[in-house]
Amino acid sequence: MFANILRRTLCSLWGALVLLGTGNAVAGFSDTLNLRQGATDISHRVYNLHMLILGICVVVCAAVFAVLIYSLMTHRKSKGAVPATFHESTTVEIIWTTIPFLILVGMAVPATTTLLALEDTRDADMTIQVTGYQWKWKYDYLDSDISFFSVLTTPPDEYQLDATAKKDENYLLEVDNPIVVPINKKIRFLITSNDVIHSWWVPDLGWKQDAVPGFINDAWTELDKPGTYRGRCAELCGKGHAYMPIVLVAKTQEDYDAWVAQQKGAKEAAAAAGNKTWTMEDLMARGEKVYTANCVACHQANGEGIPGLFPALAGSAIATGPVAGHMDRVMHGKAGTAMQAFGPQLNDVDLAAVITFERNSFGNHQGDMVQPSDIAAAR
Amino acid sequence: MSTATTHDDHHHHGAPSGLMRWVKTTNHKDIGTLYLWFSFIMLLIGGAMAMVIRAELFQPGLQFVQPQFFNTMTTMHGLIMVFGAIMPAMVGLANWQIPMMIGAPDMALPRMNNWSFWILPFAGTMLLSTLFMDGGGPAFGWTFYAPLSTTFAPKSTDFFIFAVHMLGFSSIMGSINIIATVLNMRAPGMTLMKMPLFVWTWFITAFLLIAVMPVLAGAVTMMLTDRNFGTSFFEAAGGGDPVLFQHVFWFFGHPEVYIMILPAFGVVSEIIPTFARKKLFGYSSMVYATASIAFLSFLVWAHHMFTTGMPVAGELYFMYATVMISVPTAVKVFNWTATMWRGSMTFETPMLWAIAFVFLFSIGGFTGLMLGVAPSDMQYQDSYFVVAHFHYVLVTGALFAIIGAFYYWVPKWTGHMYDERLGKIHFWWSVISVNVLFFPQHFLGLAGMPRRIPDYSLQFADWNMVSSLGGFAFGLAQVFFLFIVIKTIRGGTPATAQVWEGAHGLEWTVPSPAPYHTFETAPEVK
Repeated sequence: MFANILRRTLCSLWGALVLLGTGNAVAGFSDTLNLRQGATDISHRVYNLHMLILGICVVVCAAVFAVLIYSLMTHRKSKGAVPATFHESTTVEIIWTTIPFLILVGMAVPATTTLLALEDTRDADMTIQVTGYQWKWKYDYLDSDISFFSVLTTPPDEYQLDATAKKDENYLLEVDNPIVVPINKKIRFLITSNDVIHSWWVPDLGWKQDAVPGFINDAWTELDKPGTYRGRCAELCGKGHAYMPIVLVAKTQEDYDAWVAQQKGAKEAAAAAGNKTWTMEDLMARGEKVYTANCVACHQANGEGIPGLFPALAGSAIATGPVAGHMDRVMHGKAGTAMQAFGPQLNDVDLAAVITFERNSFGNHQGDMVQPSDIAAAR
Repeated sequence: MSTATTHDDHHHHGAPSGLMRWVKTTNHKDIGTLYLWFSFIMLLIGGAMAMVIRAELFQPGLQFVQPQFFNTMTTMHGLIMVFGAIMPAMVGLANWQIPMMIGAPDMALPRMNNWSFWILPFAGTMLLSTLFMDGGGPAFGWTFYAPLSTTFAPKSTDFFIFAVHMLGFSSIMGSINIIATVLNMRAPGMTLMKMPLFVWTWFITAFLLIAVMPVLAGAVTMMLTDRNFGTSFFEAAGGGDPVLFQHVFWFFGHPEVYIMILPAFGVVSEIIPTFARKKLFGYSSMVYATASIAFLSFLVWAHHMFTTGMPVAGELYFMYATVMISVPTAVKVFNWTATMWRGSMTFETPMLWAIAFVFLFSIGGFTGLMLGVAPSDMQYQDSYFVVAHFHYVLVTGALFAIIGAFYYWVPKWTGHMYDERLGKIHFWWSVISVNVLFFPQHFLGLAGMPRRIPDYSLQFADWNMVSSLGGFAFGLAQVFFLFIVIKTIRGGTPATAQVWEGAHGLEWTVPSPAPYHTFETAPEVK
């Protein structure tokens, strides 16, 4: 590992030297110097405002620093400078109080117009509700009855088990179900949270908006080009804060309509899967997947939890007790703790599978199965 | 103990010796020393946590710590640096200097002074002890937003809450003492508008502290009852509001940043005239600017909350009010520049730190202005741009001023000159590495890296590595500082009473080292 760190260090130092030496583009360094211009009208306006204010700051800063540096070079005792005796001037004080004030008033004008445009969520063509969970996002399309969770898909061994493993281009920026939107439509987002405060941030849209439990915030965007835009949770929300990315895919209206049809088909298929009786092998295989996506962050891959924070499933009273109690805990959660109610989040098959998996893994050998029909009956 | 008894019998002599001298002392110089040592120890502990953070962020992936512990490190680093290092260091400087600068024999309330210090080690120990508890220490950021800090927090959070209460008691008592001292103990002729600027800035800071520490205490008390007694101040399900927590916290938190920076302004306003051999330019406008900054600091708190879903009218008001603060701040920078202008400057170590303060604090001020502009803050908020901003104002601002103050006044405290060559090495080492550490974090934030994450996607890898290298170098420089401090205490060229050629003020009229009791007969100020 340390050889690797050393190698990367040397590479990076070399990169920095080249950058300084030529003032030229070295991929990783120069790509990440400034705010992204983004992909919407609002993000461009935010970018332009940023550049304007940055420009003013740089000019004023350069002017003040120039005076300071001149003074530091010239007014030295070693150069025989004799101290002047002036120590106040009301005129000068008034001038340098007024000038910054006028600059600020000048800045406030574009800032105000941009802010008003950014906050104007009226006349939207469609509405998507965004709900933050520890540590995933849920998207509800309020106009078309589509609803799904979006969970990180970077395999844990890329970051957790073997930190030196080669990392994919979209490391920590990839999800199973991206949020899909049509282009050229004003989309309103209603943003809220199920547990703690999160913040929904796709830099290319030009804003972030906090997801506050019990309250609904709104925001909007309108994209004009199909594409994939990536972002992250921006408000500390617990130990999985770094692991709940956002992937937004913008599609043309036709592609979007096709996607909507496909989502509806998938929903029917899931309902059909819930009507059949599953075998132990199938439940265990599916349960492991569901566990990895939903449970592993707290209860850990080995089911041991984190002592004092998240309880173990291995040998726990619930996972080795009566099935009904286990189902109740998974479906309804435990109030006042991080244990969420998964009943509304997962379908019958996934719930049956993950409960079966928990009862027969990590050294638990209950040997019993939960069928999707049991879950449906318990709902 | 016997020495303490002798002390009562004979009034005019030096310090008593032994451990009980420090436990029972009511002497402002002893208490100042205790505060300064406490803050240095906390600086090194908080710094060690920063090293853990920078080591983990050196490259993508999890190398050293798990996410939960990483969050504990960012949380404790912030809390320890703010409440354990910067604030106590400023109080330590106040204890040593304010009586000597206004010609008072001691602080007005010496026994309370003892108590306000001795609360601190217990509060600090209680806070640190959470690291060893079941479930780990606080892991919700130094801003401890509910409900992550209430419903979803580890059990140790209750210890954190009591530690914050104790720190608050300490600060309030310290502030009452400073106000009482300044108002009652000034030497004849030392009118308010003749007070050195360091005294003025601390006087104003003390009012800020008294105003906002109870607000913080209220916030943590509401957390305590939410956690343990079934109330729902911050719990939406029970009719409360998580955003209310942020309003209460930042009503404390924004004045808090000025609590940390105003005394630093005072220090710099002492050092620059001394080494420019020229009176401070615009003394009275400096006093008024300090007071206006303090006043405005109560009116701008929600600029930390532009993305929480405030109404547009609220966002506009907080944006306008926030950018207004740059006016008095700019006036201060212009005044320091005008003080140096046509002076006769020399560049001993304290002056170097003060000049670095003016340059680098200005950078932090400019990024602060950018953050105050609401629409672009929608991008900057909670990113590394914010991290870079507040480290420029708190490290190259407050901490640099504290280090400068040490070099400036240590000959008066110990009677020894520090080693000028080592002081300059310490300065250049720090000032270069601190920029390698924090400047790239502006780039990371603009490029979209959120703060408080243990792992990041690949486009952030290069600048994080540069930042970490700067961090390690800066951390090591402060261990070197510890060596310089100890070396100076143990020996060095004897200092004269005047110490610096251009120094003015009452503290330079007493011998170096300053006797245990100074100004038992009040000096006359013309």
